[in-house]
Amino acid sequence: MAIIEARGLARDFTSRKRTVHAVRGVDLTVEAGEIVGFLGPNGAGKTTTLRMLTTLLRPTAGTATVAGADLLRDPLGVRKRIGFVPQAIGQTQGGTSDNSLVIEELLDQGTAYRIGREETRRRAAVLIEQLDLGGLDQRFVKTLSGGQRRRLEIALGLVHEPQLVFLDEPTTGLDPQSRSNMWEHIRRLRSELGTTVFLTTHYLDEADALCDRLFVIDHGVTVAAGTPDELKRRVSGDVVTLRVHGETEAARSLLAMAPVVREVGVTDEALRLTVDRGEEALPALLRTLDGAGITMSAISLSRPTLDDVFLTLTGRSLRDDSPGSAGAGPGQAAELAGAGAHGSNGFTGEE
Amino acid sequence: MSFISDTLFVYRRQQRLILRVPVFLIVGVLQPILYLALFGPLLVKLPAGTLSGGTGSGGTAEAYRFFVPGLLIQLALFGSSFVGFAIISEWRAGVIERFRVTPVSRLALLTGRVLRDVVTLIVQSTVLVLAGIAFGLRAPLPAIVLSYGFLVLVAIGLSSVSYAVALRLKSEDAFAPLINSVVLPLILLSGVMLPMTLGPGWLQAIARISPYRYIIDAMREAYAGQYWNAIMVEGICVAVGTAAVFLWLGSRVFVHENA
Repeated sequence: MAIIEARGLARDFTSRKRTVHAVRGVDLTVEAGEIVGFLGPNGAGKTTTLRMLTTLLRPTAGTATVAGADLLRDPLGVRKRIGFVPQAIGQTQGGTSDNSLVIEELLDQGTAYRIGREETRRRAAVLIEQLDLGGLDQRFVKTLSGGQRRRLEIALGLVHEPQLVFLDEPTTGLDPQSRSNMWEHIRRLRSELGTTVFLTTHYLDEADALCDRLFVIDHGVTVAAGTPDELKRRVSGDVVTLRVHGETEAARSLLAMAPVVREVGVTDEALRLTVDRGEEALPALLRTLDGAGITMSAISLSRPTLDDVFLTLTGRSLRDDSPGSAGAGPGQAAELAGAGAHGSNGFTGEE
Repeated sequence: MSFISDTLFVYRRQQRLILRVPVFLIVGVLQPILYLALFGPLLVKLPAGTLSGGTGSGGTAEAYRFFVPGLLIQLALFGSSFVGFAIISEWRAGVIERFRVTPVSRLALLTGRVLRDVVTLIVQSTVLVLAGIAFGLRAPLPAIVLSYGFLVLVAIGLSSVSYAVALRLKSEDAFAPLINSVVLPLILLSGVMLPMTLGPGWLQAIARISPYRYIIDAMREAYAGQYWNAIMVEGICVAVGTAAVFLWLGSRVFVHENA
């Protein structure tokens, strides 16, 4: 049985007689042991959906079963079985008090889940070890670095060893090194404890690197679901770019007839082929050219990025939210844009 | 029962956190002590009976039997009505939501905090009463115990409403002026400093809308040794009634799924 099964989950907000359909109808099926990403632009309905699934917000329509309990009839049953780590940016922070000690936060969380003092201490010691919080247990929360505080918040979501944990934007606001550390921790959750992880993110690289499966939400509805590779394939196929010595036109007409090729274009003396499965198409393309005695000088294969997927599905790009461009000055931004333009014209494939 | 243990859990956490920043507790009780020291002596010289509606003997005894109950209610009103201030930053820190997703009773998130505020007020009131005795207050022990009963009811009601309003507004900038503009007239109309009976008819009529006026009057009756009359019954009814209604309002906001 699926650990999350949601059908037509919807939530309206009414203020000053205007109704906003924040979430219009979300369908989700998540199997136990998966790391699932919930991806969408800001305001798409990610957090609203997460708040419904974690019993913080009652849906105006739809049904869901979360960790074996009915979301509407047995919210307490849901709360007992799930862990939740709120997002640490925007309106509210991640759920720790400045004036608490790290160990007090962990012990309080244990009490909240009705776990005995000694058992909580034992689990807290393990979590402190696993999440690199060693030596910090007697420190005030306000003295922790951003990454340490975030890891404490993750630890709080795990004290009761839930079978399912919801992470709302787990790495937003962290520096690149803390982000990749956090990814390691999340992967270990699944591999060592078998925990199902449901996370929201608006970082495409995070979704790509971490998640087994993705749900893309836009304007309050799920617009796509699948593995990162499936989603990329569905959108535009892979692109093979190659150069040949002199006989560009001959090569173009030859390759246009190859069954694996969907489309051929020529830019700057280079052939640009759109194919369905790049890694399988490459050998066939090489054989075709070889058979005709045409020699290649360069070849590269590039997969569409999740950003391309996003652009196609939602008409919006997520680039502006990527950590690389956040806070970059005008000079840096121009440089980044220049580098990007160069990359897409040249032969630097993404893979 | 898990509701009671949840309440005690929330209480202990809140008590621990407030003791880390005790400056508010000290400032809270300092203000009424300043009134006691710097305003109280002015009342001592008033003609006998002015403060008690004719029955008092004047001097120190009448002045402090009148003034200390007023200051206790002022302490309770200011102290309890501003407790919501702190829950806004807790909400912003995500702490409220963190516990709302645990099996802890959502009502206990309110009642545990209210219990902390009641305990705080009892401690502060004791400091104030002892200071009052030092200045010349002489009141029967049962009267002081009874006045604690009134104070607890006032604190339960006002703390609940304060938390509920704060969680609804979610902004200190909106909360502080709102509470100030409600509490100050309530204090003025309750006859904390001087008896409302000294005022003109229209002022006495307006003062009837302040529930705390009835509670102060009942406490003053007790301090004068009167435990059972119409004023006392009115005071008890108003105290129990406001506490019950306000607690109910507060609990609705806390139990409500979207707060």
